Amino acid sequence: MGSILEVQNLVKKFGDFAAVKGISFEIKEGEIFSLLGPNGAGKTTTISMLSTLFIPTSGDALVCGHSVTREPMQVKRSIGVVPQEIALYEDLTALENLRFWGQMYGLSGKTLHQRVNEVLELIGLKDKAKHRIKTYSGGMKRRVNIGVGLLHQPRLLFMDEPTVGIDPQSRRAILDSVKELNRFGMTVLYTTHYMEEAQELSDRVGIIDHGELIALGTQTELTRQVGETDTLILHIGENEDPHYLAGELAKLKGVMKAEPTDHEIALVTPSAEELIAPVVTRADQLGIKIQTIDIREPNLEAVFLHLTGRALRD
Amino acid sequence: MRKLFLIALKDLRLIFRDRSALILMLVAPFVLTLGMGAVTGRFSGSSTSGIRDIPVTIVNLDNGQLGNALVEMFTSADLADLVEPVLLSDLDAAKILVDEDESAAVIFIPEGFSASIIPDPATGSLSEHIEIEFYSNPTRPTSAGILKTILDQFISQVEIARISGEVAVRQMIENGLIETSQAAVLGATIGREMSNVSMARSSITINDITASGEAVEFDILSYMAPGMALMFLMFTVAYGGRSLIVENRQSTLPRMLVTPTSSTLILGGKVFGIFLTAVAQLLILIGGTSLLFRLYWGDLLGLIVLVMTAAIGATGWGVLLAAVLNTPGQVATVGSAVMLIFGLLGGSFFDLSNLPTWVQFLSRITPNAWGMDGFTTLALGGTLKNILTPVAALTGMGIVLFTISALWITRHGLSRK
Repeated sequence: MGSILEVQNLVKKFGDFAAVKGISFEIKEGEIFSLLGPNGAGKTTTISMLSTLFIPTSGDALVCGHSVTREPMQVKRSIGVVPQEIALYEDLTALENLRFWGQMYGLSGKTLHQRVNEVLELIGLKDKAKHRIKTYSGGMKRRVNIGVGLLHQPRLLFMDEPTVGIDPQSRRAILDSVKELNRFGMTVLYTTHYMEEAQELSDRVGIIDHGELIALGTQTELTRQVGETDTLILHIGENEDPHYLAGELAKLKGVMKAEPTDHEIALVTPSAEELIAPVVTRADQLGIKIQTIDIREPNLEAVFLHLTGRALRD
Repeated sequence: MRKLFLIALKDLRLIFRDRSALILMLVAPFVLTLGMGAVTGRFSGSSTSGIRDIPVTIVNLDNGQLGNALVEMFTSADLADLVEPVLLSDLDAAKILVDEDESAAVIFIPEGFSASIIPDPATGSLSEHIEIEFYSNPTRPTSAGILKTILDQFISQVEIARISGEVAVRQMIENGLIETSQAAVLGATIGREMSNVSMARSSITINDITASGEAVEFDILSYMAPGMALMFLMFTVAYGGRSLIVENRQSTLPRMLVTPTSSTLILGGKVFGIFLTAVAQLLILIGGTSLLFRLYWGDLLGLIVLVMTAAIGATGWGVLLAAVLNTPGQVATVGSAVMLIFGLLGGSFFDLSNLPTWVQFLSRITPNAWGMDGFTTLALGGTLKNILTPVAALTGMGIVLFTISALWITRHGLSRK
């Protein structure tokens, strides 16, 4: 499969602030590629440049062979965009919204009618198509928001955090529909700060932080970077000092890294099971009560922690 | 171009689904027009203007033919319903009536007024120039305006008679029909005859005469309804301009910008949407007042052209507000202020001719003032050719404001709106 997207040293600055600092990657046709990173990492800015909404400060990207800086109109014809926000007209019905956006993508007549019906079927809202968007639940709005991006059957679909702020059921439906679309050949660039979504959906993942692409590869390749390590997550009480406890636990044999966050401490170790007993004993000696302990095997969260020293949700 | 119409029609549909906007766009101007019509008595009497029994005080110290003709005109049966004249001989006492709001105006005919116009039959000479004085009551601008109109028309007829007399006498002398010594006597005779004609024509009313000579009744609502429509037109265009910023906040503008549509076309569609909404609002108000109040708006072609150009001028202001302001709240606040200021400046509430010259000059920046000129002219029987100046001014206003707005938006970026 050839590349459908080639990102070449893309930079975006807002005044003195660099939101994206020279990222490069490729997406092959038929892939689901996730950009994983915390809020403010530069995911939306990257999507905005790739969809021609923002002009890059430097660098370029080729979408289906067309430059986002020199051939924006050809790029726009090739892509579908599902923005993070619900970009719909609340006083129009779902049907009216889909018809409007379909026409904005150049559809008309029978094709428009057919595609609107197919999309309504796909998002499961055919029976409520004539209800105004403002009467919909958050999950239903999200589904229409995604439907708009699919109307013109784009080769490449950009989905910018499409599951933010919705219930688990709707989230499940969206993840399933992304996989379904991909099965029918659509290439997807998916941004998220949910590690589980990236793990479930992606063929390859790019981890982005502070505007830089800090890791890129398949999930196996990425977790291999962390090595054969486990992560032990200790939950402590609100009144306890995680920094003090992390400092003390870091001195224990077998602790490779101890990272405190709010009421939690993440311990990176070659063997979590062997470390549990000494950790509990030491905490007890310090008079700190550990409420729960989770063991995490190597995953993208661990990769992010390994690379940045911070948890993904920070 | 199809997308331009698509965006515009979408905006039109959205605004007509917004109940609060509809109330301000359509219901408010109707209610205010209705209220002002009721205040002026438009709906209570048979008078076409709705204004009756205007108290006017006449002080006639002339006692010549023209002074008497003027008094007789105001006391004639033809004006009996419209005016309620009081004759006094003391100017100061008459002014007190105005000060105490018991009279809409004082018409003072100084001594020697007739003699300053009609030559002395013996000497053929005129006395020094003397003018009729008009003291208006500022709290009754409409009534005072009507009295002034009647007076102006009387003076205009006298002037026509004087000039006609002069020309007739001169031609008779030149043709040898009379001797120079007979001219004074003849001039005086013509003057007397003309004053009688003026009296005979005391059917002067607040009616206006069209170019074709056909009398057209002037309805006071023909002044108030366009005033209200134009004032609330500014609300509509500000609301439309605000939608450009709202669309960005709601992420629909960025979504449009990632469709294969140029930003120029998107901006054009938004502007066209504001224009369409403005036209729709004016047409609905015109249609509604025509049906409900039986209001005559005038020549249809002129009316359509004026509606279009008034919408262009007003849309220019709406787009400018959207271009230079940054938040929907700012546009709503400034838009409301502009609506009221333009309403006051543009003559939506009172006749601009009662205001100082500099205010009248300033009013020309508003589409309201030009629109009022056009609508009033049409209501008085004018046609398209009589409203070319307001039509040109409104179109020019729109073009200038669009250009400024487009440059501003291009400089700052449509996606940053």
